[in-house]
Amino acid sequence: MALALISTQVGAPGTLDPVHVHHHRYDAVIVGAGGAGLRAAIEVAGTCRAAVLSKLHPTRSHTGAAQGGMCAALANVEEDSSEWHTFDTIKGGDYLVDQTAARVMCAEAVDAVIELEHFGLPFNRTTDGRIDQRRFGGHTRNHGQAPVRRACYSADRTGHMILQTLYQQCVKRGVTFFDELMALDVVLDDGRVAGVVAYELATGDLHVFATKALLFATGGFGKVFKVTSNAHALTGDGPGLLFRRGIPLQDMEFFQFHPTGIYKLGILLSEAARGEGGVLRNAQGERFMERYAPTVKDLAPRDLVSRAMLTEIREGRGLGPDADFLHLDLTHLPPDQIDAKLPDIADFVRTYQGLEPKIDLIPIQPTAHYAMGGIPTNLDAEVVIDAAGTTVPGLYAAGECACVSVHGANRLGTNSLLDIVVFGRRGGRAMAAFVADASQPDLPADAGGDVRRRIEALKASSGGERVAVVRHQLQEHMMLEASVFRTEESLTKVAGHLGELRARYGDAVIDDKGAVFNYDLTEALELGYLLDLAETLVVSARARTESRGAHFRDDHPSRDDANWMRHTLAHREADGSVRLSYKPVDGGLYEPMERKY
Amino acid sequence: MEQVAADILTVTLRVKRFNPAVDRKPHWQVFTVEGMEPTDRVLDVLHQAKWHQDGSLSFRRSCAHGVCGSDAMVINGANGLACQVLLSATGPDVTVEAIRGLPVVKDLVVDMQPFFAQYRSVLPWLVAEGDPGYTERRQSPEQRARFDDTTKCILCAACTTSCPVFWPNGSYVGPAAIVQAHRFIFDSRDEGTADRLEVLSDRSGVWRCRTAFNCTNACPRGIRVTEAIQEVKRTILSDRV
Ligand SMILES: Cc1cc2nc3c(=O)[nH]c(=O)nc-3n(C[C@H](O)[C@H](O)[C@H](O)COP(=O)(O)OP(=O)(O)OC[C@H]3O[C@@H](n4cnc5c(N)ncnc54)[C@H](O)[C@@H]3O)c2cc1C
Ligand code: SF4
Ligand code: FES
Repeated sequence: MALALISTQVGAPGTLDPVHVHHHRYDAVIVGAGGAGLRAAIEVAGTCRAAVLSKLHPTRSHTGAAQGGMCAALANVEEDSSEWHTFDTIKGGDYLVDQTAARVMCAEAVDAVIELEHFGLPFNRTTDGRIDQRRFGGHTRNHGQAPVRRACYSADRTGHMILQTLYQQCVKRGVTFFDELMALDVVLDDGRVAGVVAYELATGDLHVFATKALLFATGGFGKVFKVTSNAHALTGDGPGLLFRRGIPLQDMEFFQFHPTGIYKLGILLSEAARGEGGVLRNAQGERFMERYAPTVKDLAPRDLVSRAMLTEIREGRGLGPDADFLHLDLTHLPPDQIDAKLPDIADFVRTYQGLEPKIDLIPIQPTAHYAMGGIPTNLDAEVVIDAAGTTVPGLYAAGECACVSVHGANRLGTNSLLDIVVFGRRGGRAMAAFVADASQPDLPADAGGDVRRRIEALKASSGGERVAVVRHQLQEHMMLEASVFRTEESLTKVAGHLGELRARYGDAVIDDKGAVFNYDLTEALELGYLLDLAETLVVSARARTESRGAHFRDDHPSRDDANWMRHTLAHREADGSVRLSYKPVDGGLYEPMERKY
Repeated sequence: MEQVAADILTVTLRVKRFNPAVDRKPHWQVFTVEGMEPTDRVLDVLHQAKWHQDGSLSFRRSCAHGVCGSDAMVINGANGLACQVLLSATGPDVTVEAIRGLPVVKDLVVDMQPFFAQYRSVLPWLVAEGDPGYTERRQSPEQRARFDDTTKCILCAACTTSCPVFWPNGSYVGPAAIVQAHRFIFDSRDEGTADRLEVLSDRSGVWRCRTAFNCTNACPRGIRVTEAIQEVKRTILSDRV
């Protein structure tokens, strides 16, 4: 049924200005070259004709910004087990996690880390030369007894080293890259993948790729919020363009706010800062997390810490003239520990705040960080479109844009780098197997027609507002009305604003009508996706009248397992509205219990 | 924090522009950007100009905090990342142009392909053939520290495009590629040194370096680039003895 929506609209040829269109034929195409896309590429390299397209040069991907670590129960420094890791992941996700997926991820974590080491990743080492490990929020020994050292890391640039290492392995294998190509549409034909349409930044040309298999790894969409740790490029293009072609999006109401963003800028200061012993303090200098999470304190999961922080601020214990920030205190850490383990974030504090973290308290506030929701997938990273697990042959997704769902309602720190490597690899492997037997699909004649029309319409528009103004207002409203605390009232308000912003977006103008590196145009296209995703987030959040993980409703402050132990699926209807359906959570390993830390 | 009026800057931004569709030569455009603060980044000024004055201004950027390497440019005469240089350092007069020595495609966007070709030429991956089995290769913290500095590179090209040897001679492999080679040459796990040194002792390799130190000064990651180049030179010499 959902498949009926998935048809390619063919435009009337000859009605538009000529655009150069290049045609390509591949077995497998990967969209996105962050950790997930590159790991998938390594898996398909050499097995079939494969290509990777990315709107950024691969090494610019936001995986490179990840700091703290990647968890795996190596037990290199203390006793640990992947079963404990699985439990922590499920509990951390407030039981909305699909438990088989979590078990698979945590079991494969050890292998994934060892493989990265073999690929050359320069992990920090123990004195006996093994991969060193440190503490991270929500990761515990023996089902919550005490924090455990599980995060493998490379100083505070673990993501940088993962991205570099995976890219190096792709270069070694001669992977075909199309750098600075932006995917704008998927071509689905008769219920299966037929191709993908992309816009080349350097020339303005369109590229139509016919392909048997297509994997999306386009990362997150933190740019729907005003204060975020996410890069400018994280605009959710992959989920956005699939959504428009009838693919539902899962659990979009769950968006993680990380406790320690640099005040106003949102730049992340890794949880590793607290893993290494840093603490949070309010205006009275009190280590307030002792009141909220007596056992693990500052190392409680992010949703709890972010809410505790905003509660402190609401109750008047914030700092500054607007009493709207708190402090991260690293001053008691040995200075050489900061130099050795947290050099980059110390530099961020120096550069952007003019403070010395060894001496000064650091002003911080929660920052929009991670999308738990996204394109629904199964264990092989195949996209699934309904509660029955129906797949779209040839269509895959992995990494932050996907939702398998190993993070449930709240992701644990270090589990995303793990997710991208484990499910990138699984997706690549599944894709390679699929294309070996699949036939080459036929592309409709004017596969790029819709994209061409969208671009022409933006270039032709005149008289409306600037894209930046509309985007700014979107980000402000989402931050105010749909972030850490939500109510029926705030969500109704923001839903209204979204409708209005959407209309204004329809008339928005761009200055640049040119073909070469026209970021004015691409920002406008990106805003279209942001608006769509914001709407799925708000509609999903409004319906969920409970509080779970990162989704907190002041008007429904408890978890309601009887009614809401289920995943949300948001579907785009023919009239452009969003319809919700639900699918069960894959439970079975652990019974839901109250989440205390 | 409340801003006192004195902290609000009006920035005069001069940008060297070039649009291949209409321009035969680059030209300067001046923007007046109001309401900036000393803690704002040059990238913020560029965004204000682009978003609210002239959307046709093109520059690359993504992370906005100095980790992705997208936005190296010449800022008031020196190479840096627009997202890492604050107005408190530049003052209210900011001049930006594209990094030098790579073809300008549009405004501040250069063609990075020659740069990445040089990167690929040094075999930038771990060469280690033996199978360590189902466990990590061992490496002591001291061995790991030996190449720590050069693992920080974000391939922004600020070093290479600040090099007076590279400007007239694009075939010089350049500091960034040498930094990448260094990262593997001094990694105790790597076995590819001989092949890399062959590339780097070539005519377009490390011997072109005249230790001008521009690269070290330009590096936004604080990598001791010149020292890395010297270490590679010394390795080549000691190998030959
Ligand atoms: C500051 C920060 C710190 C973090 N620290 C940690 C940590 O310590 N541990 C942890 O586990 N997780 C961490 N995370 C989360 C984790 O880094 C990300 O979730 C993860 O790296 C996402 O990887 P990805 O491959 O899915 O996407 P990304 O790395 O974001 O890559 C997305 C790719 O898609 C491409 N793309 C996007 N749109 C298009 C399009 N339309 N066409 C073509 N290409 C497109 C981009 O060019 C890019 O190559 C952190 C996140 C942030 C923001
Ligand atoms: S060495 Fe420094 S300046 Fe050169 S490319 Fe790497 S990060 Fe940029
Ligand atoms: S935008 Fe990423 S380094 Fe400046």
